[in-house]
Amino acid sequence: MDEILLLDATERYLNGEINAEEKAMFEQLRQTNQEVDQLVVEHTFFLQQFERYGGLREMKHTLHDVHNQLMQDGEIKEEVLSGSAKVVNLWKRYKRTITIAASIAGVTALSISSMTLLVAPKGNDKALTELGKKVNQFESRLKATDSKLNTVISKINPDIVITGIGSAFLVDGKGYLVTNAHVVKNAKGAFVSNNKGAEFKAQIVKVDEERDIAILKIEDKDYKATATLPYSIRKSSTAIAEPIFTLGYPRNEIVYGEGYLSAKTGFNGDTLSCQIAVAANPGNSGGPVFNRFGEVIGILSTKETKADGVVFAIQSKYIIDAVNELKKSDSSVDLKLTSKSSLKGMDRTQQANKVLEYVYMVKVY
Amino acid sequence: MKPDINESELLEGLARNDRKAVETLYKLNYSMVQAFIVNNNGSTDDARDVFQEAMIVLYEKARDGSLELNCQIKTYVYSVCRRLWLKRLQQLQRFGTPVESMEEVVPVEEELEEHERKNEAFGVMEKALSHLGEPCKSLLESYYIQKKQMLDIAAEFGYTNADNAKNQKYKCLMRLKKLFFAQYKKVD
Repeated sequence: MDEILLLDATERYLNGEINAEEKAMFEQLRQTNQEVDQLVVEHTFFLQQFERYGGLREMKHTLHDVHNQLMQDGEIKEEVLSGSAKVVNLWKRYKRTITIAASIAGVTALSISSMTLLVAPKGNDKALTELGKKVNQFESRLKATDSKLNTVISKINPDIVITGIGSAFLVDGKGYLVTNAHVVKNAKGAFVSNNKGAEFKAQIVKVDEERDIAILKIEDKDYKATATLPYSIRKSSTAIAEPIFTLGYPRNEIVYGEGYLSAKTGFNGDTLSCQIAVAANPGNSGGPVFNRFGEVIGILSTKETKADGVVFAIQSKYIIDAVNELKKSDSSVDLKLTSKSSLKGMDRTQQANKVLEYVYMVKVY
Repeated sequence: MKPDINESELLEGLARNDRKAVETLYKLNYSMVQAFIVNNNGSTDDARDVFQEAMIVLYEKARDGSLELNCQIKTYVYSVCRRLWLKRLQQLQRFGTPVESMEEVVPVEEELEEHERKNEAFGVMEKALSHLGEPCKSLLESYYIQKKQMLDIAAEFGYTNADNAKNQKYKCLMRLKKLFFAQYKKVD
């Protein structure tokens, strides 16, 4: 209680709210009692810091607002480097990396070829035949499952044979979905269904096998377009150890999984993708990977067969690239990506439940 | 060139956190900084961060009244951004090409060192406040930052009278001080 009284007196003293008599007394106290003196000094300093903090925070808000406002009004623009300048810039930025990578590649190539020469003869034949046997076993097993599958499928729909299943997610409420190219490989068309089980017919509008990205468009009169999606596609890369979550259809029901970003590159240093630690199964391919702000940071694509929990996702910036390419090649495409995630600040459960209905199961035929 | 009357008005506006002034400064300088950063291995997001940080430096100086600009605001902002960006590049180890200078530069090293210290204090205060929890946090902010009257605060937070609110405020303040100084001394 005493301390509170003292604080009150100090504050009034600093604000000049006390009368002359009290002031004299207080100053007397400061002179005789070192602790009080120290408190006054400390408190002055602290209040300064606190006020500065408040001012700075306000300022940061203002700057942020002004930036967005001016950007919206077109007063300032994002500068985009054109053609050759871009290449020069990329070259400048990655020159070191490229030279190092090239020399490492050279050394590796040389050492591998010398090693192959040393090791090549004998031994390998046996392993090869064993592998061959295994392949045969798999083949017969596959045939058996295939025939079973076919009997099941033919019962359901005699005309259409489903050849693959994967996941996909909306990037535009008008019905544009993104999935992996390998999900829709060799497909004539696809059906997509949402978490409520409603099924729609979809067309494959773009396949980019190099980046393993495909874009589908729902062409079904039963489909009702949604105005805005709650999540956006992240332009830049994500930091290691960021928590992430995924949604997908490894079975007939939507399944949630969570983990973290484990590496910025994918299998064997593939820069198209990144590595995440999350439980994934066939069928998860093409599903979205979200960060804690509810931004899509990638498309779950592959999994290392030899290791558990090593999963790779195509980095989200390539989605943006693919969308831009599609728009350039076909001007009738009216596709607009959401610019800001509205999921920021929500907890996981809320975020996952908000995006649930935008993740689809893809069945290709 | 000497700073004209217009520029000192702008700085006064900035010190008051006046939106018009901030907008004007933004319009006058942002494109230049963005061009510089994009041409030197940066992205537009980097440009935004660096520019806003430079604006904070300018704001703090304008607020303390310690700003004696013997050059144009533009030159000053450019110099600060250039320095900040060079430092960032070094941290990212993305050097390789020396940053080219298109404009006149003034030395700003010392000022930025001071700015960094202040930034640390800001971080410590932010952390202390987040550890403090509600309603203490809002209570203190209403009084010390938004400068609301104790009576209004009591009504807003539902205290029976201003004295109760005041007592509570001091209790919160003591906790915040403890949190702040525990961290702040470590930083020093």
